[in-house]
Amino acid sequence: MTALRHLLRKPWIGAYAGALAIWLATVAFTEGQGGGGVLTAALSFATFSVLVAIGQMYVITLGPGNVDLSIPATMTLAGAVSMKVMDGNNAMIVPGLAIALGCGAGVGVFNYGLIRLLRIPPIIATLSSSFLFLSAAISYSRGLRIKPPPLLADFTTWIVWGVPVLAVAGMVLTFVMSVILHRTIFGRTVTAIGQNARAARLAGLPVDRVRFATYVMCGMFAGLTGYLVSGFSGGAALNMGAEYLLASIAVVVIGGTSVAGGFANLPGLWGAAMLLFLLVTMLNTYGFGAGIRMVLTGVIIIAVIAVASGRRPSG
Amino acid sequence: MQSTDRTLVEFDGVAKSFGAVKALAGVSLSIGAGQCLGLVGHNGAGKSTLMNILAGTLSASAGRFLVSGEDVSERYGVTAANRLGIRCVFQELSLCPNRSVAENARIMHPSLKGICWRRRAATLIGGMLDTIFPGHDIDPSQLVGDLSIARRQMVEIARAFSATDTPVRLVILDEPTSSLDGVLAGQLLAFVRDFVAGGGAVILISHLLNEILTTADRVVVMRDGGVVADRPASGFTQITLVESMGSVAQEQARREQRSASLTAELKISAAPAMQGDATTLVARRGEVIGLAGLGGHGQTEMLVRIFQGQRKAQAGITVSGNTAMVAGDRQSDGLFPLWSICENATIGSLARLTRGWLIDPRAETRMGEEWKQKIGIRTPDMANPILSLSGGNQQKVLFARALGSDADIILMDDPMRGVDIGTKQEVYGMLRQEAAAGRTFIWYTTEMDELKHCDRVYVFRNGRIVDELSGDSISGERVLHSSFETAA
Repeated sequence: MTALRHLLRKPWIGAYAGALAIWLATVAFTEGQGGGGVLTAALSFATFSVLVAIGQMYVITLGPGNVDLSIPATMTLAGAVSMKVMDGNNAMIVPGLAIALGCGAGVGVFNYGLIRLLRIPPIIATLSSSFLFLSAAISYSRGLRIKPPPLLADFTTWIVWGVPVLAVAGMVLTFVMSVILHRTIFGRTVTAIGQNARAARLAGLPVDRVRFATYVMCGMFAGLTGYLVSGFSGGAALNMGAEYLLASIAVVVIGGTSVAGGFANLPGLWGAAMLLFLLVTMLNTYGFGAGIRMVLTGVIIIAVIAVASGRRPSG
Repeated sequence: MQSTDRTLVEFDGVAKSFGAVKALAGVSLSIGAGQCLGLVGHNGAGKSTLMNILAGTLSASAGRFLVSGEDVSERYGVTAANRLGIRCVFQELSLCPNRSVAENARIMHPSLKGICWRRRAATLIGGMLDTIFPGHDIDPSQLVGDLSIARRQMVEIARAFSATDTPVRLVILDEPTSSLDGVLAGQLLAFVRDFVAGGGAVILISHLLNEILTTADRVVVMRDGGVVADRPASGFTQITLVESMGSVAQEQARREQRSASLTAELKISAAPAMQGDATTLVARRGEVIGLAGLGGHGQTEMLVRIFQGQRKAQAGITVSGNTAMVAGDRQSDGLFPLWSICENATIGSLARLTRGWLIDPRAETRMGEEWKQKIGIRTPDMANPILSLSGGNQQKVLFARALGSDADIILMDDPMRGVDIGTKQEVYGMLRQEAAAGRTFIWYTTEMDELKHCDRVYVFRNGRIVDELSGDSISGERVLHSSFETAA
């Protein structure tokens, strides 16, 4: 019983419970048809949401006002540049990845420069920089859609026994990021800044360096995701990041991370990302039109957050 | 208490508490028309609370409050105060910087309406400025934000004395000369005398005691939320005034003399940003250095400067060694409210608690338990949330954070606020031990009694070091004399 009660106090339990309930509702409607296929698809798409959300979660945990709105532009830029550099050549997969990560890091450095040196609030800084980077991506790619190297395309769509390999890799990365959050000085510093930046400074923590690193890291996760999405969907598209802006924030919040900063958890990201995908699938299965679907999506997200935020966070 | 028929305002047993803190413990005081009352006492004595009640920005928890003999304690507020002709010039200026001088005057005078109200407001405030500060060069159409701090103060004062539909009967001046130079201050005080001679009343709060003694008819001294002296100004000298503010009769429990050698290793040499002369704060290995003076006169800034100076080179600051800070304002400077007690205690020492890249949870728990014993944190489990502790125990966690770190210089920012006497004694003992073991302490405190634990004391006023005391010359009176600039 105590183990169960302990489990119920976890901040991420709501997201998983919601995802499970929605999946059951979908499967009940189809009388068991395609239940496994839905899960496979959900895992594939959830992986991308989770990857951008990891960076976003670290940024949001830095405290009120911290958010990265340049994620879609970063994804597009990294996807477009890396696809062009690789030019469908398998031998260029690793340099392509390095370039995608480099694009992301560059965006992060630029964002933090605006925030720190020009003292622009993060929400404005990242929004305005996203216009610059999206324009850069447009002028760079000139609307050409270059196919990814075949090996990369195969890897990103590789499924073993109904489980996407990319999702497994994503889970390993999530675990690593969870250890970094809870067990390293960097992670502790991020949560300390989010609770009380002045106290963090007076406790001797390197506040500026850690904020810088966090924004750069968020950009790198967006760059990585742009690279993988391009491989998955047959090339970089200019609007490919659009849906990930709200998704990255919604996944963080539904997953049980505090919007006010200072408290985060990684397992919740997977539950929340699955929940969002399964929700859309369920509404499609039920045959709702686009309008109703969006209304219900909004209502359900509000409901999940309302239920989740009524509980006290505990490790 | 003289209660003539010209009594304007009367407090009768007025008390005010903020939670458990008793700011006013039953004050009875009256002020008559045609009188200038000087109000003195050091920070936390209750002066500001009393004046806030009079101005209508705070309401009393108990007691009666009468204006012109009428009990108004039930339905009193800023508007009522204004209607009764009670005005207030607070230390924190209350003008809107994005509005002109004339527009700011209108805020206090709702009767200035209709067309051309700006011109009438300009005439009103300009005329008052001419009366109080002849020869001033303030244009009523200037934006307040463009004025210097002294000119804003002048506008604020002129506005308080200006009258439209209700006559001004009582003006509270809280540190009115703090940003005025000698000439302007003289003009203001002369005007106050004229105003009082014309039947008005003024309450003058100032840390410059000679101003009080030359301008006020009567002087009221407050201490610990109560009135301790109420006499005609002629009955005081600067010396007796300071003595009645401080606690003269208290026992002089001197700390045991330690051989704080003058040849010990120099740890800190630091000048306040606003010092302007060659005076520097110097601290050697094993010394306990006190920072004294009235609150907010640059002591916390000094600590933060030393703290930052250790990390990043700053002009005028030399620090050799690591520094750690014990915050006094726990909520804003110290605690991480979502963390456990243990996490709050170990955050300053994580570099020592890692194996490879990872924090070792067992080492962390061990350090938490060690300090739980050492400093007596009263909790069944260090994994409990920090907010489950009482204020005093939270403060102990902050001490543990600093003392448990590898810092050899500990900066303390008035860390005993809200700490009970038992804990204080434990901490004093620990400080002496740690100092004897070679640690250096810089200790800002507002409590006179704590200065006797210090080897040397620097007194701060207006962001500058104005006095240095050591050994037997450390006394509450000497600190007060220096803080109040009695020599001026």
